[in-house]
Amino acid sequence: MISKILKTFLECQKEQRPALLTYTVAGDSTKKQSLEIIKSIAEHADIIELGFPHNTPVADGGQIQESSHRALKNGIKLPDVFHIVKDFKQSKHAKPLILMGYFNLILQYGPLAFLKQCKKVGVDGLIVVDLPYPENKSFADQCKLHNVTFVQLLSPTTSKKRIKKIIKDSHDMIYYISMLSTTGGKLKVSPKKILSNYNKIKNINSKKNLVIGFGITTKTIATLKKADGLVVGSQLCKEITRSLQIRQNPVTNLGRMVLNLKRKII
Amino acid sequence: MIKIKKGIPLIDQHDKNFLYAKKFGGNFVPETLKKPIEDLTQLFEKLRYNKKFLKQRDYYFDNYIGAPTPFVKLQNLTRHLNGADIWAKVVSEANGGAHKIYNATVHCLIAKKAGKKYIVGDTGAGYAGKMLSMAAKKFGLKCKIFMGAKDIKRQKPNVDAIRRNGAEIVPVYSGSQTLVEAVSECMRYWVSNCDSTHMCVGSTVGPNIFVKICAWSTAQISRELKNQMTNVFGKIPQKVKLINCVGGGSSAMGFWSEFMDYSPIQIEFIGVEAGGPKNSKLHAAPLTNNAKIGILHGAKQYVVQDKEGQISETESISAGLDYPGISPLHCFLKDTKRARYTSATDEEALAAYQLVTKLEDISPSLEPSHAFAEAIKLAPKLNPSNIIVVNSCGDSLKDKFIIKKRLGSYIR
Ligand SMILES: Cc1ncc(COP(=O)(O)O)c(C=O)c1O
Repeated sequence: MISKILKTFLECQKEQRPALLTYTVAGDSTKKQSLEIIKSIAEHADIIELGFPHNTPVADGGQIQESSHRALKNGIKLPDVFHIVKDFKQSKHAKPLILMGYFNLILQYGPLAFLKQCKKVGVDGLIVVDLPYPENKSFADQCKLHNVTFVQLLSPTTSKKRIKKIIKDSHDMIYYISMLSTTGGKLKVSPKKILSNYNKIKNINSKKNLVIGFGITTKTIATLKKADGLVVGSQLCKEITRSLQIRQNPVTNLGRMVLNLKRKII
Repeated sequence: MIKIKKGIPLIDQHDKNFLYAKKFGGNFVPETLKKPIEDLTQLFEKLRYNKKFLKQRDYYFDNYIGAPTPFVKLQNLTRHLNGADIWAKVVSEANGGAHKIYNATVHCLIAKKAGKKYIVGDTGAGYAGKMLSMAAKKFGLKCKIFMGAKDIKRQKPNVDAIRRNGAEIVPVYSGSQTLVEAVSECMRYWVSNCDSTHMCVGSTVGPNIFVKICAWSTAQISRELKNQMTNVFGKIPQKVKLINCVGGGSSAMGFWSEFMDYSPIQIEFIGVEAGGPKNSKLHAAPLTNNAKIGILHGAKQYVVQDKEGQISETESISAGLDYPGISPLHCFLKDTKRARYTSATDEEALAAYQLVTKLEDISPSLEPSHAFAEAIKLAPKLNPSNIIVVNSCGDSLKDKFIIKKRLGSYIR
């Protein structure tokens, strides 16, 4: 049986467009609202990435830090995150869902208990920002046993030799970080350069679904639409901040923003 | 039962995943940093065995930092406490005023070898930042220092020094606005700029290579001390206690490393963490308070955290010790029982500063005052055949405003 993530990529390929992936933080700005946000986004996005916030995030820029901060201030905990996922997976527009965060939370929860819970509520994949190859070997294997896709990351600094090894160990989706940056940075590399790196990776194994993330916004997304998938995160987190500041509803604003993103890549 | 191997530097006693005792340290970093860390690891492994590089290091240690720093008997304190024989290794006499200069100098030398023009670093007490900015200036590197907004306020003398050295200070406003946030922000900056910029981590924390470089650099302290003790006593005495404060643990590692293979009965290592205010639950003492193992800044370590794994808020009067984590090397020393760890409260550190300053020619900053607090507790219980050596690794001048506020006046 193929995974829901793989199925999604195959469907997008049929439609000759990249999959649209979104990232928002669980609990931002409340548990209930973050659930409403992903439900609204899921009408247009193909795969939902949901962050479980950590208070010492070494790879996140200002926008996602702010979202995480709001969520933590509201007391979000892992059981709440699982609850949000469960509710979402039972909703009308349920889509594949990937949890994303830092390893310490998984370590304290217990990696096996964490995976069991993931399976129970319907988590399809995991991105662990600070668990690179080969540190992730045993955890990634456990993910596979639980039918959870462990998403390996590649970056412009990853050597070719390493890329080959990582691809060999990868599951249904690989994430290419577009540039040297934390999340939320301005796209400082030309789309042409990004796609050329992207193609180098695809040439090693064209069957692997490779998504591009970091620095992608409504302004830049169209230039990268040759990819298998594109991730937008910080722009959405920033929109939540903005909506809250001007007392508008983030749920409708994010729904609209994601629809707009989708229109640019079909 | 895990054991320390004899004859092998402690920093090298890790497995292929860079873990000590299979559970401390490692490289839990974003993918982007894997390559720069690997490059730095290779470069450092080459340099540390390269005669020319060692000669260069020794030249700067001797002529720029000033070697050796004094080893002095604290006559009056010894008499006052009427027990153990108390000595100090006055590392604050090093250029710049603290042990942070060793790590900073070595990082600048490495950055030059790596062809980097920019260098960045974190700082809490401001010493790591002051030293890095000083060394960067000397070696012609452009320097940025990340510092928590709270620390910028409470460590003004060092902040002024950093600015005078021409470095840019980047204030960090997130979270606690102290060292833990400064290190995070510095790592984030490195993620975005690792192609052009060298990163220096200010203590024996962070991804493994930074733990190694830092401990390798501060080891100069115990190399000197070994010679000095041999000269003074004719040999290494039979009952010695080496007492050092621990924040990240770089001064303690440097103070102890040359004595690692001695029996703990002959040379005992005592690390003193920041216990925080007397009547507060907050502290920065993960080892003393049996914190659980977690991941902080790329390394597994005992770290002050909540049940979920969120890093907890810490508090200490001493900015340099105000850090929730601790070097993987000290976790290793704790688990193997080679070192013993305890803590001193803010009030005990202040009292120790006051007593030492009144009786002696030295005036320790609030970090080493934690170590002196433990020495003051222990000394009266021991007889004069016991020798206590305290690493006086910083000068109170940088804390004059805090001390004045807490004690009403500042004397040095
Ligand atoms: C004088 C002094 N001592 C000690 C420390 C604590 O760091 P470490 O434990 O790495 O020596 C600092 C840190 O800023 C310091 O400035």
